[in-house]
Amino acid sequence: MIEKNTLVQIYKVVLPYKNRATNLPSDTRDVPFEMRVKGKLLKSANLGDMVEITTASHRIESGVLIAEKPYYRHSFGHHIQVLENIKEIILKETEELL
Amino acid sequence: MSDSYLDVMSRKSDIMKEALKLDYDQYELEGIAFDYEKMMQDSGYSLDDVRKIQMENSVGNTPLIELTRLSAYARKFSAEGYGARIFLKDEAANISGSFKARRAAMSIHQAKKLGYKGVAAATSGNYGAAVAALAARAGLKCIIVQECYDSGGIGQPEIIEKARACEAYGAEVIQLSVGPELFYEFLKILEETKYFNASLYSPYGIMGIETLGYEIASEMMNREHKYPDMVICTNAGGGNLTGTARGLIKAGAKQTTIVAASVDLSGLHMASDHDFNQKSFTTGHTGFGIPFSTFPDRSDVPRSAARPMRYMDQYVLVNQGSVFFITETLALLEGLERGPAGNISLAAAFSLAQTMKKDQIIVVQESEYTGAGKHMKAQVSFAFDRGIKIMLGDPLNEKPGKNIIFPSSGALLKHKDLPLDQLRVSYIKHFIDQPLSDHDISFLAEELNTTSTRILELKEGIDESKK
Repeated sequence: MIEKNTLVQIYKVVLPYKNRATNLPSDTRDVPFEMRVKGKLLKSANLGDMVEITTASHRIESGVLIAEKPYYRHSFGHHIQVLENIKEIILKETEELL
Repeated sequence: MSDSYLDVMSRKSDIMKEALKLDYDQYELEGIAFDYEKMMQDSGYSLDDVRKIQMENSVGNTPLIELTRLSAYARKFSAEGYGARIFLKDEAANISGSFKARRAAMSIHQAKKLGYKGVAAATSGNYGAAVAALAARAGLKCIIVQECYDSGGIGQPEIIEKARACEAYGAEVIQLSVGPELFYEFLKILEETKYFNASLYSPYGIMGIETLGYEIASEMMNREHKYPDMVICTNAGGGNLTGTARGLIKAGAKQTTIVAASVDLSGLHMASDHDFNQKSFTTGHTGFGIPFSTFPDRSDVPRSAARPMRYMDQYVLVNQGSVFFITETLALLEGLERGPAGNISLAAAFSLAQTMKKDQIIVVQESEYTGAGKHMKAQVSFAFDRGIKIMLGDPLNEKPGKNIIFPSSGALLKHKDLPLDQLRVSYIKHFIDQPLSDHDISFLAEELNTTSTRILELKEGIDESKK
C-alpha cells in the first residue's frame, strides 16, 4: 500500500484513439492520446489503482497510479565510438592552430 | 459545455481571449491582412522598458565571445582571404540557461501586471524552464504542458530533462504523448485554472528577444566599430529570428544579413508517434521551421507575433551529425560545453564563414545549457539504442530517422540553401483559392519581404502549375 501524501505519477488516457484529431498520420491515429503527471496521493492506494492526486499547482488530477516516488533516470548516455573518433579528428585537424 | 475535443476546440477563441486579455480582432484589416506593427506597438512596452524588466530579472546582457580558434578551423577550409570571424552570443548565461528567459521575462511581467495567479505554457523545450524560473521569481504558479512520450511510454531524454528543470522551479509538468491534441489539453488547462497564456507567439514573447538583437548590434559597434555582416538565428517557431532582427533594426543595424538555420529532418513526420523518437533534435528543425515560416498563424494565438519571413535574407539547413560535430568543436577549441540544440546556427556559421571575407563578422546569436538528457552524448546514445546508424562520412548524405552522419573532417561540414522563393510559394498557397485584392498582395509582399510584382509572379507560377 502506498501511503497518502506520497509523491506519485499517474497515467490517463486523455482521448481514446477514436476521439482523436482527424489530421493525424496513421500510426498516431491508432493509439490513444495519453497524459502523465506527478503529485501527492490524496488517499492511500496500490499501483494500478484509479487515484486522485494534488499537483504542484494545487490542481486535483485523476488517473491510474503508475509510479511511487518517481525520480529522474535520464543520463549522459553510454559510450559511442564515433564520438571518440570526431574528438580525435577535430584535435588533429587543429593541431597547428594557435 | 463538454470537454470533448470538438467542444473545447470550438471555445478556443474565448479561452484565448481570457488567457491573454488581448483582443486580436482590433488588428484585423480588410482581406487577409492585419496590422502587425500596431499589434507590436500596442503592448505598451518600449525597448528600454523591456531592457529594464529583463535586467531586474538577471536576464540579458550575456557575453559576446569571439570564437577565434573555431573561426581559424573554418578558415583552414576557405579560399585565401576568406573565412569570416565568428562570434557567439552566449545565451546559456541567462537565468534558466537559454535565450528563452528573455521571452519568459516579458510574459511573466505582463501576467503579474494583469493580476493573474499563474501562467501556463505549451512547450517541450527551453521555454518551459524559462517560464517556470521566471514564474518562481514572480511568485506565480506555473503549469508546463509538453509532448514527451511515444505510445510505448519512451520519453525523449531532452524533454524529460526539461520537465526536471521545470519541476526544480516548482512548476507542474503535464507530460503528453505525441500529437497536436496537446493544444486541446492546453486549452482545458487554461479554462480550468484561468491562468495567463505565456505563449511564445504573443507580442510579449517576441519583444523580449528584441533586446538580444539590440545587444549584439550595440556591443559590436562598441568593440569593432561596425555592425555584424551576418547574424544567424536557429529557426523553429520563428520568434528567435523575428525578435533578433527587430532588435538589430532598432539599434540601427539595417544592413546586417539575417540568416535562418534549421536542422534538416526531411522525411520525419512531426505528428508521427513512431518518428517522434527517431530524431535527435526536438527543436530548431525543419519540422517546425518550415511550417511556421510559411504559415505563422498556425500557432497558439490568433495572430503570431513571430513572422520570420519578414526579416529573413537566407535560409540554410545543416544535418544532425554536423551540429553534434560543431558542439564537440566548441568544447574542444573554445572551452564552451553547450547543448547541441543551441549550436544549430553555429554549425551553419562554420560553413557560411568560408564563403565570406576574413575581416567580415558573423554572429551566432544563441547558445543553451547542457546537462543529462540534453547533452550530445545522451542524444546520440538514445538514437543508437533506437536503431539509428551512427557513422562517419559525408553528412550531406544523412537520412533522418535512419542514420546520423558525422563529418569525417571539418572540410565536410557544409550547409544547404533552402531557396526563399520556395518558402514564399508555400506561404502564398494558403491563400491561392481566394480572390486577392491589391491590398492583400501588398500585405503578402510585406510578410514575405519582397515586392508586390514578385508576389504576382509567384502566384502566377502556382496557378500555371495547377493547370
